[in-house]
Parts: sequence; C-alpha cells; structure tokens
Amino acid sequence: MSTLTESSLDPSSALYRQVIPAGDYWMHPVNKGQTLRIIDLEGNQAADTLFYSATDKEDRYSAADTLRAQGKLYLTTGSRLLSQQGTHLLTITADTCGRHDTIGGACACESNSVRYPLEKRYMHACRDSWLLAMAEAGAEWDKRDIPNNINFFMNVPVTPAGGLKFDDGISAPGRYVEMVAETDVIALISNCPQLNNPCNAYNPTPVEAVIWDA
Amino acid sequence: MSELSPIPADKLRFTEVVPGGWNFSHVLKKGTTLRITDLEGGANVSALFYNAEFLGERFNMPDSLKAQHTAFLTTGNTCMSDHGRVLVSVTGDTCGWHDVFCGLSNRETVKEQFGEKTYAEARNDWHRNGRDSMLVELGKWGMGVRDLVANVNFFSKVATDEEGNFSFVPGHSKMGDAVDLRSEMNTLVVLNTCPHPLDPAPGYAPKDIQLQVFDSEPPAADDVCRISCEQNVRAFQNTERYFL
Repeated sequence: MSTLTESSLDPSSALYRQVIPAGDYWMHPVNKGQTLRIIDLEGNQAADTLFYSATDKEDRYSAADTLRAQGKLYLTTGSRLLSQQGTHLLTITADTCGRHDTIGGACACESNSVRYPLEKRYMHACRDSWLLAMAEAGAEWDKRDIPNNINFFMNVPVTPAGGLKFDDGISAPGRYVEMVAETDVIALISNCPQLNNPCNAYNPTPVEAVIWDA
Repeated sequence: MSELSPIPADKLRFTEVVPGGWNFSHVLKKGTTLRITDLEGGANVSALFYNAEFLGERFNMPDSLKAQHTAFLTTGNTCMSDHGRVLVSVTGDTCGWHDVFCGLSNRETVKEQFGEKTYAEARNDWHRNGRDSMLVELGKWGMGVRDLVANVNFFSKVATDEEGNFSFVPGHSKMGDAVDLRSEMNTLVVLNTCPHPLDPAPGYAPKDIQLQVFDSEPPAADDVCRISCEQNVRAFQNTERYFL
C-alpha cells in the first residue's frame, strides 16, 4: 500500500468550495497552478472523474496513457495524469486514501443491466450525469467525449493471477486526494449514484471539491 | 486458453497478412469469426472495436473487465461495448493472456526506445507507432482522437504485482499462436501491429500477423463465452435484442 501524503493547504483559505451531492455532477475549470482537492466527506464514495484540456476538449484524460507512462496500475501521490496526446494535465500531490482506480470505469444504465439483473437498467448512473453535463455545456460535447475515467477513492485490486474485483473501499470520512493543474483543465465529476455495489455500503454520499490558487 | 479448430476451406472468406508496424480495419460481419495468428512469435496486435452501425458505441475496457471479473482476456471472455452488448467474443485462444491496460506506443515512446527513423530516410522501413497508426485507420472511417479509448493488446502479457507494478512478459506469444474473435454484431475492427509500448526489445522489429475471416455458427445456448459468467448471459441477451 502506498504511503499517505497530507497537504498543508487550509480549506479556510480556499478560492472555491462546493459540496457535490450523491448522484450529482460538477463541471468546473481548474487553471494552471491551481490545486483541486476532492474530499470523501463520509467515506467509501466514488468520484468518477474526467479531465479535459481547457483549450482543446479532444485533448483529454487517458487512463491507458497514464498507466503506461507510470508503469503501475493505481493512482496516488506522484501520479501524472496524462492525456492521450501526451499532455501532462495534472499531478497528484497529496493523498490520504492511498490508492485510486482508473480501470473500473463508470456505471451506466447499460452496464448495470449486464453486471446486475437486467431490470437494474432503470437506476441513475454516472454516465447519465456526464451526458447531462455535456448537454448543458454545449452542442460540441457528446458521448464520444467520455473516455475511460478515474474513480477517486475506489479500490479495484488486480491479483498477480489476473483477477479483478471491486473491493471494499479503503477510504474513510474526510480522506482526500489533491492535484495540481499543470495546464488549464476542465474537471467533470459524477458523484457516483450506484446503489448495487457493496463497496460504498449501497449508500452514495457527498464529496466536496475545493480549489486553491497557486 | 484453448485449442483452435481448423477452418474448413468452404467457410473461409479471406486471408490477409498484415506486416509488422502496420494498420488495418474491417467490418467483421455478425456470423463471422476473425482468427488472428502470430506468424513469427512476439507479435502485438492493438485493437479497438465499434458498432459499425453507430460508431459512437465502442469497446469499453472497464465495463468488459468488471463484468467478467478479469484483468485480461482469453477464451470465454467477451469484449463488451458501452451499451452493454457483446461486440466480439474470444471463442478460442492458444496464447492465454491478452493485455488490456497498457494502451499504445506513440511517437515519443518509439523515438525514446528505438531512436528516430523517418520515412524520408528509411522509406517503408521507418519507425511507426501505435497511436499514429490507430489515428490513420480511424480517420478512414471519419473518426479521430475522440474515438480513441483503452484498447486490447492481443498476444501481449503484462503482469501486475501486489502493488500494481507492471512487468512485460517477454516471449509470451509463440510462433503460430492464434486467437479467434467471433463477431456478435457488425463490428468495425481497427487494429495495428506496432510494438507493445512496454516491450523492452532493444530493436524496432514489429512482427507480421495473419488475419482469416470465416463463417461461424451463432452462439449456442451452451456457448463457452455465453455461459462463462451470468454477466455474459445478460450481455448476450442485450446483444440479441438489438437485432430484434
């Protein structure tokens, strides 16, 4: 398990604070040099997160490129979040959780119908939140702009034999992950509404986004 | 891992050899299977899959893995789309492990690993990379960077330790190893044969592969991919309903 890294930043001096309720979404710019902290307010929540270059949304977070470049499966302090064009979008600078997932993807009505009984299609899902955020953001955004995402606070361990499962979370109330923007980015978070997974005790809870200036 | 049956001559639709470092695409029709054969050993085939009728529906690595509780692909697995349907099923595989995490090489990684070799100096022996090859092939279908998502790297194995550190397994695929991908929809397959981005081989020597497309039976009630887990049963139900 990774070493935990605390931050010296004080939320009372933050530029911006926003609680994102369970099942809601948040799309917001984070400018170069600014620090974004995501706080797991009640523990074992999943913040399904995408990043885009603010000047070119096609230049977006790439899980595969981030993993390839770091040679390692999990995200934590020191991880450089890369786009598929090789742009260094953000760097994780503090992490009191220790491990974050980027291979588990996001829930969608359609994938729920595969993972769970078919009738679980009709339950609120992360992809719906993203699609609505994109519809509001403008006609130039659509489904093709949804790449493979980060699940902050999620624990999806892979065994040496190649097994994969969604483990109980390793996060806890108040744990956070913090990252510095290396270029102007747009963050898009779906605060996961999943009710079918024991990893959040079937109880989605709020997270908070906090931004500090450089 | 499993044995592959010989392809009956009257079922074979076409054969194509794709040289190392090249790209290829084809709409693999429902009811056909693509056999990919590693002709030399040590091949890497980076592939993405799309619904040919709606290219916005595409292979979703996380959805495929978490439904099947696996971190790699082999016989019995399916490549699912983000619509909860099966694009292709792995109906046979002599290799045993295909990577899904490590993405593509790109101009920078190839230059760093092998040095630069431009078209101007080397003509068609130049150093090509996975990302550019994928973009070229996607471009032929009116697609581009927005359509690039996590891909499969057939014939390549990357192990992970308890801490999640990757290690590329050299010599994983042998000459003649092959994988069968049965198309469950009309599936656009876009692939390239550039080196795996974590393959530490010192020289740029991407390997040739053979593609064979042949008629195959639709998945039976007891099909190895359909029944490998209850999630696949439902994914096949979703897929079959698409054609009703």
